[in-house]
Amino acid sequence: MPRQGANAGDQLAQLLRHYEQLLTVRRCEERLQRLFAEGEVPGFIHLSIGQEAISVGVMSALSDSDTIASTHRGHGHALAKGMPLEGFFAELLARDSGVCRGRGGSMHVADMSVGMLGANGIVGAGLSIATGSALAHKLKRSGNIAVSFFGDGALAEGLLHECGNVAALMKLPILLVCEANGWSEFSPADRQIAFNLADWSKAYGIEYRKADGNDVLAVAEAAEVLIHAVRDGEGPALLECTTSRWRGHFEGDAQKYRPQDEVQGRDPLEVAAAYLAREGVGEQHLSQISARIDAEVEAAIAAARAAPPANYESGFADVYTLSAG
Amino acid sequence: MADLRYGAAISQALTDAMAEDPSVIVMGEDIGGAGGSFGITRGLLDKFGPERVIDTPISEAAIAGMAVGAAMSGLKPVLEIMFMDFVTLTMDALVNQAAKARFMFGGQGSVPMVLRTPHGGGLSAGPQHSQCLEAWFAHVPGLKVVCPSGPANAYGLLRSAIADPDPVVFIEHKGLYAKKGPVPDVLTVIPLGQAATLRQGDRVTVVSYGAAVALALAAAGQMADEGVSVEVIDLQTIQPWDETVVLASLAKTGHLVIVHEAVEAFGVGAEITARMADIGFAHLSGPIIRVGAPFMPVPFAAELEARYRPSVERVVTAIRKTLGKE
Repeated sequence: MPRQGANAGDQLAQLLRHYEQLLTVRRCEERLQRLFAEGEVPGFIHLSIGQEAISVGVMSALSDSDTIASTHRGHGHALAKGMPLEGFFAELLARDSGVCRGRGGSMHVADMSVGMLGANGIVGAGLSIATGSALAHKLKRSGNIAVSFFGDGALAEGLLHECGNVAALMKLPILLVCEANGWSEFSPADRQIAFNLADWSKAYGIEYRKADGNDVLAVAEAAEVLIHAVRDGEGPALLECTTSRWRGHFEGDAQKYRPQDEVQGRDPLEVAAAYLAREGVGEQHLSQISARIDAEVEAAIAAARAAPPANYESGFADVYTLSAG
Repeated sequence: MADLRYGAAISQALTDAMAEDPSVIVMGEDIGGAGGSFGITRGLLDKFGPERVIDTPISEAAIAGMAVGAAMSGLKPVLEIMFMDFVTLTMDALVNQAAKARFMFGGQGSVPMVLRTPHGGGLSAGPQHSQCLEAWFAHVPGLKVVCPSGPANAYGLLRSAIADPDPVVFIEHKGLYAKKGPVPDVLTVIPLGQAATLRQGDRVTVVSYGAAVALALAAAGQMADEGVSVEVIDLQTIQPWDETVVLASLAKTGHLVIVHEAVEAFGVGAEITARMADIGFAHLSGPIIRVGAPFMPVPFAAELEARYRPSVERVVTAIRKTLGKE
C-alpha cells in the first residue's frame, strides 16, 4: 500500500521509481541470461528474476551511506543500491572497466561508493560482514544501518545464529532480510530447515515482520517501519520476504528437481504496474519507461563490449599493499 | 635499553595504536573485563571504554566476519582469537572474505584488520591448544602473516600490522608472553616484510621466526664455541618474507638451516627451502635442513611434547649436518 502521510504526487513519483528499478533489474538479468547463453558472460551466474521487489523495496528505505552485504544472487541488490549499469555489465563481461576490474564477476560485484559491500560466493557470509558494518555504524554514530540479504538456504548456516545473537546482544543497527524463495539451492527449503523465522526472531528478541516479497510496496513499507526502529537504536530487525525463484539455482541448471506443478509467485512487475494503473499510469507511459531502460541497458552492454578486457598484470598490485618501508 | 615482557610490549602496542587512532578497536572473547586469556588486553577497557574494547560471545566465525565488515566500513579492528587452534572457525572470514577483498573488488578498498592469536606449545595444552598454523595463512594470497620473536619486534610489528591497509594475521607465542627482553628506550615501529639479522656469521645461515629464534641463537652460540660462525636471521614477517636478506646470507655462507616450531611438512621452511633451491642454488654448499615438528599432532604429555618441539640440540645437529660434520 502507498504510505499514508505522503502526498499523492510523492506516492506516484515513488511508485514510478520503484517500477523503473524493478524493470531495470529485470531487463539487466534477462539480457544476462541471453549473454550467458551466447557465451559472452563466463563463469556462473545466479539470476534473481522474480525476486526484484525485495531489492527495490528494501533499498528504497536506505541511503548511499547505509551498507548492504549481498549473496551469490546479488545482481538486484547491486543495481538497486546504485551500482552503475556500465560498471555492472563491464564486470560481468570481464572487462577492465568493470566495477571489480573483471576480477570478481557476478558473484563478487561490489561498489563501496554506494555501500554495496559485495555479492558473495559463500552462503551466509554476508551476515557477519553486515553485522560488522553495523558495528562500525554504531561506533561512528553515523546514523547509518547495515542490511544483510540472504536466502532461506542460508538459514541452516551457523553464522545466522552467531550473528543474530551478537547483533541482538549489542543492539546493532542491522536489518536482516531473508529472501525466502522456497529453494535451498537444489532442495526444497522445507526439507532443510526445521524452524521458522518468526519463532527464531522471538528467541533472539529480534523484531520480525513478514512481507509479500513480490509486492514492492509491501516490502518497502515493512522495510521502512523496521529500518526506522533500527536507525533509532532499537537493535536488529528481521524482514522475511516470501518470493519465487523463476530461474534455476544457476543459469544452465536443468532443474529436474523442480515439481511440474510448482506455483510461481506473482510477477513483481505486474503487481507494480497494477498499482500504477490505479494511479492512472497507463500502458503507454510504461512502454516509454521500458524503451528508455532498454536503451540504457543496451548502451551499457555496448560500452562494456568496447572496453578493454580484464588486465592480468594489474592484479598483482591488488593482492596486498607492499609497504614503502 | 630497558627490559619489557613480550606480553607487555603487545599491550603497549595496542594502547598506543588506540590512543593514536580512534578507528582502532579491539574485540574478542574475554578481552575486556577479563583482560584476555593471557592478560594482553588488561587495562584497555578502563582506558578506552566498552565501545572500543569489545567483549564478544564465543562465536569465532561471526566475530571474524564482523571484523571484516567493520574494516570495510571505516574501523581498524584488532581481533583476538584466544588460541591459534580456534582459527579453524574463522577461516571463511579470513580466507574467502578478508584476503580476497582488495583483489576481488578491483582495488576499491581492503580490509584493514588484524587477527592476533597465540600459537605454539610448551604448556602441555594438548593437540587443540598448541598448534602452529601459520603456513595455512601464508599460503593464501591477500593475507600478511607476522610472527615476532621478542618484545621489541612484537611492539614494532604490531604497530605496523594495525596501520597496514590489508588484513594481517599476527601470531604471538604463548610461551613468550611472560619472557622479558631488551627494548629501546623509545619503542619503534618495524616495517612488515623485513627480516632482521640478529647475529652475523659466515659458515651457516639459520633462518627462524617467533619463539624458535631463541633456539637458533642458542645453537649459534654453541657452534661459536666450536669455531663455527653462524648467522641468525629472524624473519619477523612470514608473508611477505624477506627473500633478499636470506639470499644474501646464503650467498655468504652456502649453508642454510630453517627452524620453526610448526610441522615441517608443507610448512614455511619448505617454502624457503624450495625458493632458495631455485634462486640460490649456485650458492649452496650443502643440503638445506629444516628443524621443525614431526608429522604428528602436538602431544599433551610433557615428556612427549618436549621431544616433539624443536630444541637447541636439534638445531646444532642440523648445522653439523649441512656442514657434513655428522
